[in-house]
Amino acid sequence: MSEEKRSFLSLEGLGKRFGDHEVLRAIDLDVGEGEVLALLGPSGSGKTTALRLLAGFEVPDSGRIRVGGEDVTGQPAAKRGFGMVFQHYALFPHLDVGANVAFGLETRGWSRERIAARVAEVLDLVGLTGFEARRPGEISGGQQQRVALARALAPEPKLLLLDEPLSNLDPSLRERTRRQLRQVVERVGITTVLVTHEQEEAFHLGDRVAVLHQGTLQQVGLPEELYERPRTRFVATFVGRAAALPGRLEGRDGEVGRVSLGAAGDGQSWSGALGETVEAGAAVELVVRPETLAFAPPGAAGGLGGRVVGRRFNGPITYYEVQPELQGLPELEVLADAGAAQVGDTVVVAPSGTGPAPRIFARPVEKTP
Amino acid sequence: MSPGSRRRSGSGWGWWLLAAFLAWLVGYPLLITGGEALGGSAGWSLDYFGTFFSRSHEWLALWRSFWISALSVFFSALVGVPLGFLFERTDFPGRRILGALVALPVALPPLVGVIAFLFLYGESGFVPRAIQLALGLDQAPWRLQGPAAILLVHTYSMYVYFYLFTRAALARLDGSLLEAAANLGAGRWRTLVRVTLPMLRPALAGAALLTFMTSLASFSAPYLFGGSFRVMTTQIVASRLNGDVTMAQVETVMLAALAFVALGAMRLLDPGTELAGTVRGVAPSRRRLISPLARWATAGAGYVLAVVLLLPHATLLLISFVPAGTWTVEFLPPILGLENYGALVSRPDRLRPLVNSAWMAAAATAGALLLGFAAARGAVARRGKVGRLLESLVVLPWAIPGTVFAVALATTFSVDAPHLGRFLLVGTPWLLPLAYLLRDLPLTGRSALSGLRQLDPALEEASAVLGAGRWRTLRRVVLPMVRPALVAGAGLAFITALGDFVVSIVLYTLDTRPISIEILSSLRLQDTGLAAAYGVLLMLVSGAAFVLWGRDGGAA
Repeated sequence: MSEEKRSFLSLEGLGKRFGDHEVLRAIDLDVGEGEVLALLGPSGSGKTTALRLLAGFEVPDSGRIRVGGEDVTGQPAAKRGFGMVFQHYALFPHLDVGANVAFGLETRGWSRERIAARVAEVLDLVGLTGFEARRPGEISGGQQQRVALARALAPEPKLLLLDEPLSNLDPSLRERTRRQLRQVVERVGITTVLVTHEQEEAFHLGDRVAVLHQGTLQQVGLPEELYERPRTRFVATFVGRAAALPGRLEGRDGEVGRVSLGAAGDGQSWSGALGETVEAGAAVELVVRPETLAFAPPGAAGGLGGRVVGRRFNGPITYYEVQPELQGLPELEVLADAGAAQVGDTVVVAPSGTGPAPRIFARPVEKTP
Repeated sequence: MSPGSRRRSGSGWGWWLLAAFLAWLVGYPLLITGGEALGGSAGWSLDYFGTFFSRSHEWLALWRSFWISALSVFFSALVGVPLGFLFERTDFPGRRILGALVALPVALPPLVGVIAFLFLYGESGFVPRAIQLALGLDQAPWRLQGPAAILLVHTYSMYVYFYLFTRAALARLDGSLLEAAANLGAGRWRTLVRVTLPMLRPALAGAALLTFMTSLASFSAPYLFGGSFRVMTTQIVASRLNGDVTMAQVETVMLAALAFVALGAMRLLDPGTELAGTVRGVAPSRRRLISPLARWATAGAGYVLAVVLLLPHATLLLISFVPAGTWTVEFLPPILGLENYGALVSRPDRLRPLVNSAWMAAAATAGALLLGFAAARGAVARRGKVGRLLESLVVLPWAIPGTVFAVALATTFSVDAPHLGRFLLVGTPWLLPLAYLLRDLPLTGRSALSGLRQLDPALEEASAVLGAGRWRTLRRVVLPMVRPALVAGAGLAFITALGDFVVSIVLYTLDTRPISIEILSSLRLQDTGLAAAYGVLLMLVSGAAFVLWGRDGGAA
């Protein structure tokens, strides 16, 4: 958490199980006032459950939720005063846009004029001035998303919850809508928790990103921290592109370790930063990103021989998929110029010394069949 | 979403209380009847069942109920399935209007359909009379009675199930499947046998089940056309009329058993049987009949068919304008007038049945709507035992023939024993509306279930997150969203109760004489015009309800 911001929302040891399945395990998390936190994870990671616990749709089996110092753990959703944008927006199809946005205001006993004024104000905020009389079915997906946002923000909630807010939009619309969403949330300055399975979305919208995997919190941090200094093997491979090369830890010097590659640990020796405490001689994996590798002349020190098996031209950059000759190594990706190699070429790959240092993690124990 | 997503709606014991109440209403009378049939208070014995099986006419009635129902399924499918294909798969002039007309028989309450047939094809009906006059015969060319007459009426009113189910399933069939079959080299016949028919199987099984159960419960046609040919429903009523109450109870148990066996067998044979009815879908393209001859031949045959289907309705309408005693030997009635309708409103004894049926149907519909909705809400909100129990209790009465319910209610509520959950209702105006309510419950309950199941749970969550409590969410979000389904269910429930004959004939009192009983007594008094006028009123209300159903809730 950024130092200058007080913790506004805190999850303390939050746990939830459905039957035998433990969906969330003792999550601890603090979100500062006005901060946007992105919960990032693959499907089944527990991120949606975490959001539903926050909203009050589910009751946690353990732990507490505090908002602004107040314990809301047992409070029903209707009493929490949070705003939420649902994945499919959940706009009331039988009400027009104005009535949808006014829905959360009607419980407050406001006068009709005051409600109408507030509705106009938030519709203006999301760039939909004058849309009051339209029906949700008559407007585009992007507009529906903005109505959902306006509806959530209208009652001035303490906390804004966004459930995969962009997943329902065309890719062409997504980037623009994401920028608009970011602007509105910044303008309002509301504390926000966002759930997404898309790294780009999490990185763009979140001040900080929390990565969830199999119900456990893997790491919380700025996007740069997650990318450059992942703390678990899962974060290292889930955030950004990376290959996990098996090897053996030869030795270490402070935070830097040397890994001899290959399943048996008899190959080239590459170095990396130790992501966790590992004993010398242990079976490890070296997680390397494409931009930290380069093609090297034959015979280069530490050069790993291999064959180009694929090439993906991606405009400004080109990825080469290389299958190393060394036994037990998976395909790895190298970032290079568009004309650097052809599919089928025999090449040598070596660390380029640029970009985030490769990370070393203990190799997961092989499951015996 | 996650399995526990709605665990918080409603407290558990409330749903259990509702389930207990429904069990008392739906299941308890059946249990009491079973108990009485086994000797009940006089000590357990199988004597009456022994008597049942020792009398050949008893088990013969059971056997007839079975084969009449099986043949009804066969003939209804024979008419309904090809019609479904014709109207869904080909295009010809007038297809839309004809397609709607073909579904019309379903809008006729059973008793009204039967008397319309009587006026049209019965001994002194239009068609035999026309033939008699044309050929100079001494007698009518046929008598409309016995199993053939029953099957004719059943086929006329029940092919609609096959027709509607086939059309709906064809409309839902993904057109690309047929294109894929063609692309893989399958001809039209092969595509039909290997792709289309297997895809239609659940719908056809559903229609077959619906037809079988409806036919098993059918009372009006066997009662008016059967004569000495008795099926189980008419046998039960005859036993009661003869004062053999316990035998009627045994017969009731046997009929209920047959219904449950049929239902169980169907579920076993085809677990995917579709009971929910029609769902709209994206239709595969229709084949336009290209040859003008084929188009006009099809259209012509269609219009002939429509006329045949509409003749009963038209006959009923015509007869309702014939004043009593003015029509004797002529082919067409010599005088037409509004006397019969005038009598309906001006004579209190004629108006009374209309008022009775109206208030009882309205009360039953309101009760069934409330109970059905509450139970459906419980079934959707709670996925555990209580949810399944609520759903079964609401849907169960559908499988039970009306006669069975009538006898069960008459048995259970003939005793004043509040500590046993039994009250004296026989002879009061409350028993008949209660019976209507039971018959209506599956109609309103199913509509509510399908409406609530289509409701996105996120809408209720959105409402909650915006600060709305349970009642506010119900009033502002849930009810407006499921309103079309509820309206459709209520419409069907209302006309079912309004036109009911099968339950009424067992349970009516002088004070609660409904329309159907009045139609019957008018017929007995040879007052056919009046009977027809009542029938036309029922037909109009039912037609209106079906238009409503087709517009708002057909998809539900």
